[in-house]
Amino acid sequence: MTAKKKLKVATTSLAGCFGCHMSFLDIDERLFTLLEHIEFDRSPLTDIKECSPDCDIGIIEGGLCNAENVHVLREFRKNCKILIAMGACAINGGLPAQRNHLQLTTILEEVYHTSPGLANGMIPNDPELPLPLNKVHPIHEVVKIDYFIPGCPPSGDAIWKVLTDLLAGKEPELGHGLMHYD
Amino acid sequence: MTQTFTLDGKTVPFEDGQTIMQAATKAGVFIPHLCYHPEFKPHGSCKLCTVKVNGRQTASCTMRAMPGMVVESDTEEINAERRALTQMLFVEGNHFCPSCEKSGNCQLQATAYHLGMMSPHFDHFFPNRAVDASHPEVLLDFNRCILCSLCVRASRDVDGKNVFALSGRGIKTHLIVNAKSGRLGDTDFTLADKAAQVCPVGVILVKRKGFSVPIGERTYDKAPIAATVEGR
Amino acid sequence: MALKEMHPEAVAGIVDRVVSRWRRDPTCMVQILREIQEACDWIPPEAIDRLQATLGVPRTKIEGVAGFYSFFYLQPRGRYRVLFSDNVTDRMQGNMALMERLCGSLWVEPGKVSEDGLVSIDKTSCTGMCDQGPGMLVNNLAITRLSVERIDQIAELIRNEVPLLDWPAEFFAVEDNIRKADILLASSMQPGDALRAARERVPSDGLAASNMRSWREGLPSGLGGPAAMLDEIKRANLRGRGGAGFTTGLKWEACRNAPLKAGQQRFVVCNADEGEPGTFKDRVLLTSYADLVFEGMTVAAYAIGARRGFLYLRGEYRYLLEPLNVVLERRRKDNLLGTNIIGIPGGDFDIEIHLGAGAYVCGEESALIESLEGKRGTPRNRPPFPVTNGYLDQPTIVNNVETFAAAALIALNGGEWYAGIGTKHSAGTKILSVSGDCERPGIYEYPFGVSVRQVLEDCGAKDTQAVQVSGPSGICVAPAEFDRVIGFEDIPTAGAFTIFDNSRDMFEVARNYVHFFQHESCGFCTPCRVGTSLLKNLMDKLHNGCGSPYDFAEIEKLNQLLQSMSHCGLGHTACNPVLDTIEKFRPAYEKHMRQADFEPAFDLDRALAAARQMTGRDDPAAHIIKEEFGEDA
Repeated sequence: MTAKKKLKVATTSLAGCFGCHMSFLDIDERLFTLLEHIEFDRSPLTDIKECSPDCDIGIIEGGLCNAENVHVLREFRKNCKILIAMGACAINGGLPAQRNHLQLTTILEEVYHTSPGLANGMIPNDPELPLPLNKVHPIHEVVKIDYFIPGCPPSGDAIWKVLTDLLAGKEPELGHGLMHYD
Repeated sequence: MTQTFTLDGKTVPFEDGQTIMQAATKAGVFIPHLCYHPEFKPHGSCKLCTVKVNGRQTASCTMRAMPGMVVESDTEEINAERRALTQMLFVEGNHFCPSCEKSGNCQLQATAYHLGMMSPHFDHFFPNRAVDASHPEVLLDFNRCILCSLCVRASRDVDGKNVFALSGRGIKTHLIVNAKSGRLGDTDFTLADKAAQVCPVGVILVKRKGFSVPIGERTYDKAPIAATVEGR
Repeated sequence: MALKEMHPEAVAGIVDRVVSRWRRDPTCMVQILREIQEACDWIPPEAIDRLQATLGVPRTKIEGVAGFYSFFYLQPRGRYRVLFSDNVTDRMQGNMALMERLCGSLWVEPGKVSEDGLVSIDKTSCTGMCDQGPGMLVNNLAITRLSVERIDQIAELIRNEVPLLDWPAEFFAVEDNIRKADILLASSMQPGDALRAARERVPSDGLAASNMRSWREGLPSGLGGPAAMLDEIKRANLRGRGGAGFTTGLKWEACRNAPLKAGQQRFVVCNADEGEPGTFKDRVLLTSYADLVFEGMTVAAYAIGARRGFLYLRGEYRYLLEPLNVVLERRRKDNLLGTNIIGIPGGDFDIEIHLGAGAYVCGEESALIESLEGKRGTPRNRPPFPVTNGYLDQPTIVNNVETFAAAALIALNGGEWYAGIGTKHSAGTKILSVSGDCERPGIYEYPFGVSVRQVLEDCGAKDTQAVQVSGPSGICVAPAEFDRVIGFEDIPTAGAFTIFDNSRDMFEVARNYVHFFQHESCGFCTPCRVGTSLLKNLMDKLHNGCGSPYDFAEIEKLNQLLQSMSHCGLGHTACNPVLDTIEKFRPAYEKHMRQADFEPAFDLDRALAAARQMTGRDDPAAHIIKEEFGEDA
């Protein structure tokens, strides 16, 4: 890993809790080593709002629960050579997908109309707000995903292992202890 | 006289009537499996234990060992197929490990780890399955059922009760309990039943005990499933 | 549910009557459940209460069995239960429009029960009426030649609650449609001829026979007439007509030689679970040649030393039950069944008919045996095979209807005569069930070795694009292969011969077959249970215009997995129609594919529809437009 051009890495959190991003920061001082090889593009860490068209790696936390999630995911797919799904929600819908056995209409009714204390509640219809999808989907069901880092969240070590494997040009592998779905 | 067959090049002895799985286990060789349990008659349904015998795939838990057999198990090709089966089981039900009490003690999860399953790959079915909390001591979460029928066999063959059975067909196959109401609380099921102890996943859960062993200190946290093979 | 309300005591009365008719025998559970449903219109929980009490079988077992079969209902269904046959030929004959019409005029959604509990309408797998379709079942009775007029009449009859018995008889008329007869269909054999011929047979070395001892004690005599009969079957080189083509003589011999433990006996089972879509020749054999079939079974019983036999008849052929029982009764009266058959002391054999209940997988011999034992029709782990461990763990042969009919002819005319017909590797004749795009659909009997082209010519097929031989689990033959021949050495077949002309979309044909396998998978093993569903979803994805080369690769991978990992033949062959059509009709698939690398399986914009409706929004941000890829971007 010599003075090659740094890889551009973009990250985002869709229907997630940012826990995976927090875990990412758990790689601690190894971030400095990482930064010798990569630079961050669009990411909550940089506050850059849009992906550059030539990103090398996109890391996605969270699944798809609304229209905006779909737009952001598509933007990442279009601009990143490699997409990585990070964490349970991106990989299988995770906690947000626990609503999938319910009808969306029932959910909206209950949340905005029928729950106690919601007199005259209305369902928000501001065009600024993204509309929810019928069901929450893992991201591999909507665009092609190249790699996955399981975990809720994946440990900093797991994230480090996958990224360094990739930087070394190896197929990422998580052995016992790093591989976790919870 | 001892008879033998070869398993991934290793010579494995066996006794008359033993299956490939039994002989391999005794010799300390792990073959992934979910519906197989040494105390029960093999079922051969999960197909995770599929091996190649003389070039043909077959379930090792039901296949009798024969002298001179050439068995392949731990190969790239077979493990890829096993991984795909595991992924099928994950998308067929609702397996949400972060909220499951069985996480860390779950054979499905540990087998998926063993096979390097990084994602469920297929599109999820997200079936709608109810939870049965009617029994005072045991919770049934059907979302995680993989239809291995170990509880069916345990209740029928050991407990003599027939508390559980499979009903439905095809993708609609599902676990039922022995009560007109369909609720476990209305059966004669007790914690002392063998059937309460055999679920490889998180369907049959003892209430109020879920986290008595903390996450991180559980069976497969300590050692991967392959290292738990009996003969080792 | 406004179903005919039944008092628990009335239900109990029905159950008791049915149970005693079936000798209080839990192995007859499938028959017991069927008769309960025929009386109650469904299987109410009270019936299960009573069964549990009278048979001493746990509720879980009863519900497990009832839940397995498509024709058993643990939830109330309509008093008129309409099932449209949904084979690809029914589709070609317009069954979907007819179903919509009937649903529309009776105000009921497909798959649901009408609010008044009067009627339920749904689809079912091929009912075996492809030569006179579209077909349907009403309360499991077959109706043929559906048309708009007939559908309207049926709607009227149901609305007026006319009992099924009073419906016009022509609705239920089933034609044989025999177009070409050979040794079997043209046989003039009289009941008893084959048995008498078998009795006279002596071993080729001329030693005296000991028939009676063999039959009475269920033991192979080794020397006598039964052994000689078996020799004829072997000499005839008869192979199973159910598709797999196992040598019949070897099967019978293995069963005959299987040791019996105390109290055990041997069994003869006739597999009339003709479920392969597009096959209907057993229907004709059992309608007009039942004596030949029963005689063949009796010959088999004589050869292997069996005293009990079963005919396992598919539930779709429920209408044949009474006529077949009449034939059995006559044969008993004529001393061709029962005790001391045709005067052979100890020559005891009788046949009982069991009906299936809508499960294709029961055509697999070990699943069939499970079903005969009153269980879920799950294929067993093999070995051991049925010839040693079959019905109730006792030696059993299971053969196809046509195999037994052929065995009767062999008993009469000898093995050498039979072996001289057909080809070297495929002796005798094969009955084909011809349907689809041709002028004369029906039954055609040919000596083995006939070319696909010849059959097409004989039945008046024009502009043929493809022929599916032996149904979805068989092979799809393209025009370049029309000179291939029917026979075990080239195209083996259970008998289906379904013709598609140039107007048909072969992708849709394959998709129909994939739906069939998904519906019929027994659910026992992971690869078939989940794999057939995944395959169905992928084919539907292509059908919906969302397919991409990625999905295509996925389909191929799934097929591989089904083939290598499945528990039984259903899973192994579930991918055949797709693999074959991909290989031979690839453009039909490409028409359904978008050129994007990857497409989601669901319509993203439609996934917002509920939220749009709830919020009343329709602004641009309330939509997700389809991304355009490739050249037309």
